[in-house]
Amino acid sequence: MNYIYELHRAMMAQKVILVYEGDFTQETTKSILSMAERNLDSSGEDSSIKRKVFNVMVEALQNIVRHSSEQGMRAGSLLSKSAIFLISRDDKQYSVMTGNPIQKDKVAQLTKNLDDLNSKDKEGLKEMYKEIIKNTQISEKGGAGLGFVDMARKSGEKLEFVFAPMDADHDFFCLKVNISREKE
Amino acid sequence: MDILNLKGTEDTPTILLDKKNGIFEISGRSLPEDSAEFYRPVLEWIKAYGAESNANTDFTFKLEYFNTASSKLILDVLSALEDIKGMKILWYFHDDDEDMEEAGQEFSELVEIPFEFKTY
Repeated sequence: MNYIYELHRAMMAQKVILVYEGDFTQETTKSILSMAERNLDSSGEDSSIKRKVFNVMVEALQNIVRHSSEQGMRAGSLLSKSAIFLISRDDKQYSVMTGNPIQKDKVAQLTKNLDDLNSKDKEGLKEMYKEIIKNTQISEKGGAGLGFVDMARKSGEKLEFVFAPMDADHDFFCLKVNISREKE
Repeated sequence: MDILNLKGTEDTPTILLDKKNGIFEISGRSLPEDSAEFYRPVLEWIKAYGAESNANTDFTFKLEYFNTASSKLILDVLSALEDIKGMKILWYFHDDDEDMEEAGQEFSELVEIPFEFKTY
């Protein structure tokens, strides 16, 4: 039973506001958003920062929903559907973090896309956004291919990511998006 | 023609398209699970309206938030409005919401319709 206390201490140390682990759907997305929003409201956070955090949360959550539905159909194992979402707050910033399994053969392309995003400045990201929105079609899963670009634009910071090895076919994709609490 | 009236929810916007009373408005939050499905009736309504449009149309967007999948569909809506004569977009944003203001400016650069920016 000690892990309860350990988990609690780890969350306090990392200043985690909210964590969700499990199956991700539009319904869970709405519940998570409403809990996180209530927390932001009660903390009296500045409204423009609240909006940015909300924005990043939606894209991060919907990314997992779309990705895990794809994974679930493919593998059917519990492992392949389970993901994690957390949000933390310290004096300087909010961090929206996600983790979900992805197939190893997708890692190289995803790394390239994220590195490409991180190499761009504000103007470069804006051009990229306009280019994609003009040419994209909504995928079967409902995505527009704009989620990461939007997270980078709204946060104004580089997207941090690592891939942790899981098994022969999967890595665990960890993403961290920071949103500064200091007003520009 | 029929009025399109969709009541907003926590993840879909309020939509009122009423030719007779000259009210054309999308407002609230837009982050539906399936944005293409959600906006389909809106696009169909606009297509029908295009064949019998009023002399002037002020189309209002007063969005608090939209996700990226909705932004693609908003561009589709704007593209459908582009072909209608006398069209003007009223783009509302909260007075401290620079991101929403910038989003409107970007849309205005992607379509050939006059935009008027307003704060609320």
